[in-house]
Amino acid sequence: MIGAIRSVLRRGIEWIERPLDRLFGPALNPIAQLGALGFFFFWIVSVSGIYLFIFFDTGIERAYESVENLTNNHWYHAGVMRSLHRYASDLMVVMLVTHMLREFAYDHYRGTRWFSWFTGVPIIWLLYTSGITGYWLVWDKLAQYVALVSSELLDWLPIFGEPIARNFVSTGTLTSRFFSLMVFMHVAVPLFLLFAMWIHILHISRPKMNPPRTLAVMSLIALIAASLWNPAVSQGHVDLARVPAAVGLDWFFLPLYPLTDLWGNGAVWAFLGTFSLMLGLMPWLPPLRRAKAAEVDLAHCNGCARCAEDCPYEAIRMVRRSDGLPFPTEAQVNPSLCVSCGICVGSCPSSTPFRRSQELKTGIDLPDYSLQRLRELTVEAAGSLFQEKRRILIFACEHGGGAGHLTGVVPLPCVAMIPPSLIDFVLSKKLADGVAVAGCAESACFNRLGVAWTEQRFAGERDPYLRKRVPRNRLKTIWVSALETSRFERELAAFAEQVAALPEAPLVQLPQPIAASPSTEPRRVPEGTLP
Amino acid sequence: MTRYLRLTGQFVVILLLFSAAAAFANWPIYRQIPEGHAVIVLTFVHGADRKAECRTRSPAEIAKLAPNMRRLLDCPRGRPAIYVELDLAGKSIYRATLPPSGIASDGNSRVYQRFVVPAGQYQVAVRMRDTPRTEGFDHQRNETVTLVGEQMFVVDFRSETGDFIFR
Ligand code: HEM
Ligand code: SF4
Ligand code: SF4
Repeated sequence: MIGAIRSVLRRGIEWIERPLDRLFGPALNPIAQLGALGFFFFWIVSVSGIYLFIFFDTGIERAYESVENLTNNHWYHAGVMRSLHRYASDLMVVMLVTHMLREFAYDHYRGTRWFSWFTGVPIIWLLYTSGITGYWLVWDKLAQYVALVSSELLDWLPIFGEPIARNFVSTGTLTSRFFSLMVFMHVAVPLFLLFAMWIHILHISRPKMNPPRTLAVMSLIALIAASLWNPAVSQGHVDLARVPAAVGLDWFFLPLYPLTDLWGNGAVWAFLGTFSLMLGLMPWLPPLRRAKAAEVDLAHCNGCARCAEDCPYEAIRMVRRSDGLPFPTEAQVNPSLCVSCGICVGSCPSSTPFRRSQELKTGIDLPDYSLQRLRELTVEAAGSLFQEKRRILIFACEHGGGAGHLTGVVPLPCVAMIPPSLIDFVLSKKLADGVAVAGCAESACFNRLGVAWTEQRFAGERDPYLRKRVPRNRLKTIWVSALETSRFERELAAFAEQVAALPEAPLVQLPQPIAASPSTEPRRVPEGTLP
Repeated sequence: MTRYLRLTGQFVVILLLFSAAAAFANWPIYRQIPEGHAVIVLTFVHGADRKAECRTRSPAEIAKLAPNMRRLLDCPRGRPAIYVELDLAGKSIYRATLPPSGIASDGNSRVYQRFVVPAGQYQVAVRMRDTPRTEGFDHQRNETVTLVGEQMFVVDFRSETGDFIFR
């Protein structure tokens, strides 16, 4: 059921995201930068908020006038500051909802990733509380509506000694104490929000917290333009003797407020409670079945720390050497953070398929899908291409567009699991005429950094490099999402043609120890590596 | 050239998105009550008198108590509930027994009820019982009021004077 919702949603999101990839390029695509945009908007809200607060009168009698004053009588930038404050907050909501749906659609919230998801739930509450208290402060008709409905909602809970809604009807007892509390909350809650946002990305290595500069500049200009086009204004001073019958609602922050009329306060609370609970439990509905965590083999680890650098989940720490070998540090995996993506295997300098030893060992390996196994499957897949005219071996990420291809495929949890030397191995041993590396869409790598690391290794910008001697015209990276299989086939066919135009690579016998090992037992692809 | 064209395209997409966000920040208008309607709010915070439930102890009972506890009146800690009725144009629209608040039931009773009614002239009658009597009322007010559209008409009670307030 949840899986079905997920795949429908994924189609919807990719339907928007992939065309935007083409317009913006994968690096600039706003949909791939939602978290970063969230932080960006937060900073805009903070700066404009500090500006507004300087001129804001925190007493209930003068609050409205002070806001009117800074909107109308200041030089026009105040009105812009106010609009920026409002619209950047609204865009935080837009970003939050889209970001949440996207992480859900791409299945980025289960297994080890439960932490980011789970800590996202309080963020929703904190963001909404920040926004709602903000509307309260203007003390206009909308504020009156917000005050009435919010206090009626709160009164439904057995917390307060007397109905706080009484503060906002004309009882002659108008007190500013609740208003002052709101002023305080509107400053304090965003601080908690920032703290929660920080917690939220604790387990993510190199989180995207700043959008690329071009995107940031364009967003700021667009935000100012929208502010000039539709400046945020107040809706007339509170009049406790009159019902705020018709108000222009902020539909991002207040969509549930009309529901209190339709459903009643109890039902709205029930909805909020159920929704939050469901959301919080999502990572375990059902839990992700996960392969065993990566394991370090100290005999082959020299403490170079590349694996710790490359792990996208902060699952590897470098610790003091424990086995007496003459290196200062060794890698240590925290199994509760590891998603078994294999990226560390691809980064370890000990991962070299050229070793002739019967059992291929490396510094860090996946117990359920070892480097040895990877080499065997590679040789096997290459062997299956024997009869093809152009033997294109495909290393396919199980989350990407190449995973469903039928022949010559080596499935991988992430393409960054491939040690670059394995590609050198395939081409220099002439196991295939060309190698295609098929990952996820460039802006939506399932393992966050797999695409980036692969690109950088191939370009010689990141250890371990793909050696210069590897003919680049026999290597192709294909970044397409799992839904773009026809695009994958097109790119693959084009690559095969390109390879066909190259001088033929003579077939060679497989080197002995390698040829000997895979043929002795029947092969099955490890569970979970095939789509 | 194509670079600027691309940048323009990108900017237009962002601008459209942000403008849409700005538009929904105060539009469409939400109407909480239909046009030409007013709201009547019945709300007060009032505690029924504890003393009303007091009982005079007999000399024998007093003798049994510790010397520092010897009082003539035995008053319960909790307050009795309050009973309230609101009539509009001769029809009852609300009647309720309002329990005291607090864990020991010694707090005030409270009420906050909203009624949406068409604007117009109404006979508003409110009655309340805050003593243990089971018949008749301790406080009441009955008046004809004219409600205009979007008026917020508050029926409150002031404990100090024991009066209902129409505002
Ligand atoms: C103000 C609100 C939020 C901000 C600013 C924010 C920011 C971020 C950032 C910067 C990342 C790292 C992205 C990356 O570099 O790949 C991230 C990841 C994530 N966020 Fe949020 N987030 C917010 C709200 C939420 C909410 C409400 C949820 C869901 C309930 C959520 C779920 C996730 C998940 C599951 C990840 C992990 C993705 C992964 O492991 O690849 N976030 N968030
Ligand atoms: S398998 Fe992936 S998540 Fe686990 S330690 Fe290696 S790089 Fe990190
Ligand atoms: S990359 Fe390999 S050698 Fe380097 S620290 Fe990690 S496990 Fe050890």
